[in-house]
Amino acid sequence: MSIYLPIAELSVNILIILGMGAAVGFLSGMFGVGGGFLITPLLIFYNIPPVVAVATGANQVVASSISGAITHFRRGTIDVKLGTVLLCGGLVGATVGVWLFSLLRRVGQLDLVISLLYVVLLGSVGSLMLWESLRAMRKAAKNQATPLRRPGQHNWVHRLPLKMRFKKSKIYLSVIPVAGLGFCIGVLTSVMGVGGGFIMVPAMIYLLRIPTNVVVGTSLFQIIFVSAYTVIVQASTNYTVDIVLAFVLMIAGVIGAQYGVRVGQKLRGEQLRALLALLVLAVGIRLAIELVIPPKDVYSVVSAGFGF
Amino acid sequence: MAHFVTIAFAALSLAFTAPAFAQLQDENANDFTEKLEIGISTDEIAITSDFRGADLTIFGAVDGFDPSLLAQGKYNIIVSLEGPKDNATVRKKERVFGIWVNTSSMTFELVPESYSLSSTRDIETIAPPGEMGNMGIGVDHMRLVPLGFVGDGSNLGEFRNAFRRIRETSGVYERDPGGVQFISSSLFKASVRLPANVPNGVHVVRAYLFRDGTFVAAKALPLRVVKTGLEQVITQTAHEQPLFYGFFAVLLAVITGWGASLLFRKE
Repeated sequence: MSIYLPIAELSVNILIILGMGAAVGFLSGMFGVGGGFLITPLLIFYNIPPVVAVATGANQVVASSISGAITHFRRGTIDVKLGTVLLCGGLVGATVGVWLFSLLRRVGQLDLVISLLYVVLLGSVGSLMLWESLRAMRKAAKNQATPLRRPGQHNWVHRLPLKMRFKKSKIYLSVIPVAGLGFCIGVLTSVMGVGGGFIMVPAMIYLLRIPTNVVVGTSLFQIIFVSAYTVIVQASTNYTVDIVLAFVLMIAGVIGAQYGVRVGQKLRGEQLRALLALLVLAVGIRLAIELVIPPKDVYSVVSAGFGF
Repeated sequence: MAHFVTIAFAALSLAFTAPAFAQLQDENANDFTEKLEIGISTDEIAITSDFRGADLTIFGAVDGFDPSLLAQGKYNIIVSLEGPKDNATVRKKERVFGIWVNTSSMTFELVPESYSLSSTRDIETIAPPGEMGNMGIGVDHMRLVPLGFVGDGSNLGEFRNAFRRIRETSGVYERDPGGVQFISSSLFKASVRLPANVPNGVHVVRAYLFRDGTFVAAKALPLRVVKTGLEQVITQTAHEQPLFYGFFAVLLAVITGWGASLLFRKE
């Protein structure tokens, strides 16, 4: 069964797209991530032009983050003040990112930069997470408590000026690293089509030492707005948001996510983190291999309409 | 489901009864008596949500031919379906510090996005390569003019070959030697294919008549490939009201996400 994508201008098998959406939705529900880092490479792998994949991936991230954010909002685990500071950095970052996206597309290095960013980020985040979760598992086996946050332990981040009090998170922190983190995530959102949760959550926990309970909700809060902003900016500058593709992905994604959440609840935190780390690493390695092995064809053709 | 578009033809009567059949090009040389006619039953192909390419059958006729030459099979016909033209960039990857990076590129000016060629036999045996090259018939003879500065042009050949090879392997450029068949002494039938990832816009059906290796006559008809219904509305909105389109895409995502969380909470 095929469906014609009006913006990507090609026919695809709707069942494959539904399957991709459901699988990514399942994993994102299970691990509490947006799934953009999985969906964009999958779409590119399925011959969707990268420019369309990135912009449409951001749209799918909005849908998958919304339901998670609603749950966190009800539980009161969103620090709106912290989220807003992150968001300010994020919006600036997304604007820079879209500009960077157009520039890279013009010089023909977009696919390389997207791949390199994925390899570096997924590789490092995946390794760190795997190492941390394995250590936690070993400690759990010895029946020791595993505090993710060690109060009193401060790093260079906590010596920066312009400090602000975030009541909900119960921390007193400089706005510079918070907005800076938001900025970096914003750039990634528009260049890679990811929400950035897989980077933001570890950075907030390990670097900014924000309590774990507000981290996921707050990061979702920022992801929704930055992704939505990216979709609008991509739509109005590059005309590359394929609403048909996005809608099919969303529908399958939100349903898959519900089942993922149920499976996720049965697993322990460190087990989940280890699995997510393996998944992140696998995607990173897969992309790294592609960069290193000789390509099937060293030539590629792009027409002006969909160049990247 | 393939779309069959039959382009019907009925000798001269058609030419009179259907003045709407635009002729993009009429290269009838007066020195020859042969005339080539093709007709088109539709000048528009609609891309619907289940579009998977279309097969076109074109009927045409040769008028004023020399029966003895025809009997010897000296008349050959080539029919092509050419997509809208756009600049195309060919990039070449090279290994830099262990990873494969696009290092050089060449842009060719206004090449067809799709090209389907059908002929009575292999076009290389219809006329000398020089003549095909002059007329730009066939993938191998297509004019590939590089845009901008290309240095000493030493790599022009490799980029041109790569371009042809990639377009052919991806199926947007095709050839079918034997796709044109005479169904009576003067009537012929040609089949060309519109690929699934067809660019929309004005395509051109061209027919060329060759007599014993010499070009005699040509005829061209436009064929519009258009998105219809929802597909057209979406494309139009995306380009004409991009801001509204972007907001709508976000709204759709919000509703989907919200709806799912409400729906599954009740369970």
